[in-house]
Amino acid sequence: MSRRKTERLLNLVVCLLATRRYLTAEQIRRAVPGYPDSDEAFKRMFERDKEELRELGVPLEVGSDQQGGGGEEIGYRIPPQAYELPDIHLTPDEAAVLGLAARVWRRASMAEAASGALLKLRAAGVETDVPNGVGIEPRVSTGEPAFPALWEAVRDGRPVAFDYQGIGRTSVARRHLDPWGVVSRRGRWYVVGFDRDRDEQRVFRLSRIVGDVKTIGPAGSVTVPEGVDVRRIAFDWGDPVSEPRPATVRLRAGAAQGPRRWARDVRPVEDGAWDEATLTFRDAERFAPYLARFADDVVVLDPPDLREAVIHQLKSVLAADTPRTAHGAAQGAAPEAVSGR
Amino acid sequence: MSAPATSTHRLARLLALVPYVVSRDSVALEEAAAAFGVTQKQLIDDLNLLWCVELRGPDPYCPIDLSYEGGEITVAEAESIARPLRLKVDEASALLVALRMLAEIPGLDDRDALSRVIAKLEGAAGTAAAVSSKVAVEVDVHPGSTDPEGGGVGLLREAIARGRRVHLTYYVPARDENTDRDVDPMRLLVVDGNTYLEGWCRRAEAVRLFKLDRIADLSVLDVAAEVPDGAEPIDVDAGLFRPSPHDEAVTLELTPRGRWVADYYPCESVEEIGEGRLRVVLRTPDTRWVRGLALRLGGQGRVVAPERLASEIREDAARALASYGMT
Repeated sequence: MSRRKTERLLNLVVCLLATRRYLTAEQIRRAVPGYPDSDEAFKRMFERDKEELRELGVPLEVGSDQQGGGGEEIGYRIPPQAYELPDIHLTPDEAAVLGLAARVWRRASMAEAASGALLKLRAAGVETDVPNGVGIEPRVSTGEPAFPALWEAVRDGRPVAFDYQGIGRTSVARRHLDPWGVVSRRGRWYVVGFDRDRDEQRVFRLSRIVGDVKTIGPAGSVTVPEGVDVRRIAFDWGDPVSEPRPATVRLRAGAAQGPRRWARDVRPVEDGAWDEATLTFRDAERFAPYLARFADDVVVLDPPDLREAVIHQLKSVLAADTPRTAHGAAQGAAPEAVSGR
Repeated sequence: MSAPATSTHRLARLLALVPYVVSRDSVALEEAAAAFGVTQKQLIDDLNLLWCVELRGPDPYCPIDLSYEGGEITVAEAESIARPLRLKVDEASALLVALRMLAEIPGLDDRDALSRVIAKLEGAAGTAAAVSSKVAVEVDVHPGSTDPEGGGVGLLREAIARGRRVHLTYYVPARDENTDRDVDPMRLLVVDGNTYLEGWCRRAEAVRLFKLDRIADLSVLDVAAEVPDGAEPIDVDAGLFRPSPHDEAVTLELTPRGRWVADYYPCESVEEIGEGRLRVVLRTPDTRWVRGLALRLGGQGRVVAPERLASEIREDAARALASYGMT
């Protein structure tokens, strides 16, 4: 936090960049102003400084100049070729899209990383001020609490454990995962990896992770198998289980605009009070809730299984609405007792 | 935008400051302060700190020689910190993932510049670029759109660039209605994978967002767009949809299977009520869509308040059952 500390770290970087030989801790202590006299205090401070430099991304090399002599103390240096950002030149149109990309991340860790990168690229001579009138403004949120920890685990190749509230489950379950990647679709983040409990690859939605994500192994202990495409795993739900089928429906004239957007062969019937149309669906159980949503503006004529599924869906609305169902009453405990988290 | 003022943040800035000046020969104090997001006073303190760097040892010396006389920064001697530090994995990934996402936006005509900058950045980042393939953000490509070039993005960008008014037929799911309106386009927003047109809606006489996959029909008119001076663009960083305190609060109770509602809709509160069930409160200016939601939920959840809405839902379901000959 202090100016003095910044000054010391800056001196340390310049000193280690300037040296070609490895400098021992003692040599560093003599060359860099600002270290305390007490050996113990110096040791502690130097350890913290090294850690800070590593966090900053400074490639601190540890080794010794021994030529087989042995017994030489290990030392430190920063090889300039590992430290320096290679030359990069961007044309104005390239710089404009880069500036746009740097604004994509909304808040949090990734936004900070993007502005850090931009700082370095500007330092390399790139002009990244986006001229107005690009006309497009992309944003991605990483607001889900589990995101930073999972991204770090993916980045560092560390296995993790977390509590997961699966859909349809009445309680959370502890899951152990080798994370391979994180992907976002429609504003929702997913983590893909090898599920140690189920012994196969799995996808978890970040919003259903409850509490903290804990790392349970050292960095580099997760290897992503050759040829793994995290996006494909996250969003490929395999071949659809059933073939597309036509459904004949009645749509109230002037209403049911939603299904009309996908309907074929729309033809007026009953003096124009209704239209009859064909919709395509695969799974009656999944399609029925969508149709039920339009209440009495949509009536399924055929096939019978879809018709039954819609009727069942509508009946379940009335059943769900009956307060204190037998199931609910059997729970006993007052819900309020477990609220507030 | 101000980063926490820790010493590592400041160190990162100091290490970037020297190469920033070196790569430009000389830079005005004012300009550098703006580029680094600090005050001129802070910047001068930074420069003094750099100037004070000293290496003791056998022959003590000051490796950095710079001046800011007359408000112009010049660096005479920068030694080993003349080049910026390499990109960290986080930094390279944040930019590369964002660039690859941009490359997916259909109808974007800067595609060529995008692939060039991705290649250059991968080159400059070296091994730090590799991890970026483990993060991806998908952009919705609107399969239902009539425009194979991707939901009219190209047309709309052109209309924005040329300052043309557009005519939309827009589907409003909350009311299950198609509406026709003239809109003076302002920007395209791609937020969390969904694409929106932001524009001055002449029907509502207000700034409105139109989700591109709900635009049933789009034409660019031969009329100049007239966005009023007072039309405030939406602050995308504050969130696209901010419920107003005047909106009606709706309370739903969800079974474990209905928990998806909390993922899909911005909820004012989400409360665990045991056995994996949730109680959520939504705020909405128009409760009609909640009726549709309740019918879609079926046994997965129910509206518990307001009672008026709950009884409308019961009536909706009963009427619908009646049309199947059920009572």
